[in-house]
Amino acid sequence: MYLARVIGRVVATECYPGLKEVPFQWIQPLDEDGAAMGDPLVACAAIDSGPGDLVHFVDGREGAMACPEPFVPVDAAIIGYVTEAVRLGERIGDD
Amino acid sequence: MLIGKVVGSVVSTRKDEKLENLKLLVVQVHSHANEPKDAYVVAVDSVQAGLGDMVLYATGSSARQTTLTDAKPCDAVIMAVIDSWDLGGENVYEKWA
Amino acid sequence: MFLADVVGTVVSPVQIPVLDGQTLLLLRPLTPDGRPALKTRIGIDKAQAGVGDRVICIDEGNSARQILGDPKAPAKTLVVGVVDYVELEGELAYDARTRPPVGRLAAR
Repeated sequence: MYLARVIGRVVATECYPGLKEVPFQWIQPLDEDGAAMGDPLVACAAIDSGPGDLVHFVDGREGAMACPEPFVPVDAAIIGYVTEAVRLGERIGDD
Repeated sequence: MLIGKVVGSVVSTRKDEKLENLKLLVVQVHSHANEPKDAYVVAVDSVQAGLGDMVLYATGSSARQTTLTDAKPCDAVIMAVIDSWDLGGENVYEKWA
Repeated sequence: MFLADVVGTVVSPVQIPVLDGQTLLLLRPLTPDGRPALKTRIGIDKAQAGVGDRVICIDEGNSARQILGDPKAPAKTLVVGVVDYVELEGELAYDARTRPPVGRLAAR
């Protein structure tokens, strides 16, 4: 599981059955300094999240298990909205 | 998941029998800013994608989580055809533009 | 499994139900001799660990689901133990009794 920032939205009307109701969002993984860690990727939002939000996500097949229909080809899902991430006493990921 | 453009297809006659009747497409990976990368994936198509489409694909064991690829030797599957995406409120890609 | 330093906490009031009530820790994965390795992760605390502790983590879904006791839990990274000491080729590489105080844990 990783920390990330939601940076955009993806619209796809033609998708695998079972994913019609699930929003796709671009996320940028963050490191412990709140800086970008690796390249952005697309994740399914299993909670209400939107661009600008700090979130945490799970990768691999567990991503699919977070979706309403768990037998779907999903390899990353946003599973929590983060209000506060603290590294050694200092908040990170604030804009 | 990552985004890519369908740039071709693959046909194979001699293959594992579990791969029969699966449509294989060549996908060139694109960045979030829609720049093509020097990276390609052969993926099973589960959504009737076509040449030139921007698609979303999943990799690893998740790729076997479709009725099409269940228990088959597949590690990449196209699971959506993209209409559009935006970054920071700005439109980056629009299929019908 | 891998070793990590707990460098912080993550508060997530809105999340998938299986994570409700769980403490989330910010983890800095390490090599056995204590150098930063791999990517910063978030782990569910199952060992009453705190900031400054060196811990043992798993990052694999099946093991995580067994520990959480939920065969459908979409979780992967768990803190499963607090390290007392690490011995490498006969030498003490880490000792919890002589670890630096939390405030002095170096930023990377």
